[in-house]
Amino acid sequence: MAMLHLVNKSPYDACSLDTASSIMQGDDSLLLIEDGVYAAVKGGKAAARLEGLKISVLGPDLAARGIGKDKLIDGVTVVDYAGFVDMVEANDKVQSWL
Amino acid sequence: MKLTIQVNEGPYQHQSADSAYFFTKAALEKGHEIFRVFFYHDGVNNGTRLTTPPQDDRNIVNRWSELAKEYKLDMVVCVAAAQRRGIVDDGEAQRNGKDATNIADGFRISGLGQLVEGAIQSDRLVVFGD
Amino acid sequence: MSEIKKFMYVNRKAPYGTIYAWEALEVVLIGAAFEQDVSLAFMDDGVYQLIKGQDTTGIGMKNFSPTYSALGDYEITKIYVEKESLEERGLTLDDLQHLVWEDEDEDWAEKDSIRLVSRSELADVLATQDVLFNF
Repeated sequence: MAMLHLVNKSPYDACSLDTASSIMQGDDSLLLIEDGVYAAVKGGKAAARLEGLKISVLGPDLAARGIGKDKLIDGVTVVDYAGFVDMVEANDKVQSWL
Repeated sequence: MKLTIQVNEGPYQHQSADSAYFFTKAALEKGHEIFRVFFYHDGVNNGTRLTTPPQDDRNIVNRWSELAKEYKLDMVVCVAAAQRRGIVDDGEAQRNGKDATNIADGFRISGLGQLVEGAIQSDRLVVFGD
Repeated sequence: MSEIKKFMYVNRKAPYGTIYAWEALEVVLIGAAFEQDVSLAFMDDGVYQLIKGQDTTGIGMKNFSPTYSALGDYEITKIYVEKESLEERGLTLDDLQHLVWEDEDEDWAEKDSIRLVSRSELADVLATQDVLFNF
């Protein structure tokens, strides 16, 4: 049973990424949406929290914020809303870290 | 997959209402079933028909109404949260002595039990909020 | 009749500064009638919701903290409080309300509802749930 974790706040504004990344287990996945996408920017302090985790980022939220895919840390999957739906289906439940 | 969507924030203030909309739309386009969209906390403000957003920006309320019409969605605004924030339909106006109603097309006001039922009947609950 | 689901209400926000804590509790109370297998989790700033001795007269808001002590009457007996969240906020169990439920199978013996768990124990509990509510 795997969980999809959603983080929608900037890691520099709220603790939700810290909490989510420290509670993720096994096959869980993390999807960064809205302001949460900033966590995946290479060279940012928050990027270290993502090491070893299955990370996806919502493409439309990256583009809106002017973050090119070349600015992201390695190993991140960029998905669109259809991909977001697929991730919800592929996991047993969703935990929104609001 | 049968989904219940929970929207915790009002239009424009947070991106949650937009994210919830695009997620819901994508799920429907993929052929999934949306059991219910439940609006809670300030999310009830997605259900007022009195917004006049700028012409060059998205009309969040109308967007929900149109999606509901196209896909016959059940969009529920929580009665307790609605009473606190002033989202009123005919029934609520009568019960609470209000001289106007403002509920938008496609939304209905009902109890928190609708959220709980949605969680029981659906395969997934997806919460959008702050 | 569908099978019973494991419902987890996750509380991560402080009371009064925003309405989430109170409106989350309203869902819990209504939800109790649906006879699912209910647990509550308090972590991050959510632990502040359970601090005893709240007096809201000065801020003009309804003090809803007595509602937590009624949860036992709604057959809500599993209230997980995360240890790390308490510690990083300088709190201990002693700062919190003592929440109990009465076990009718044991002659209505009073039992503690609060289960103090580590973050990794809480992660295990969350992993076993069917539905996660967040506010």
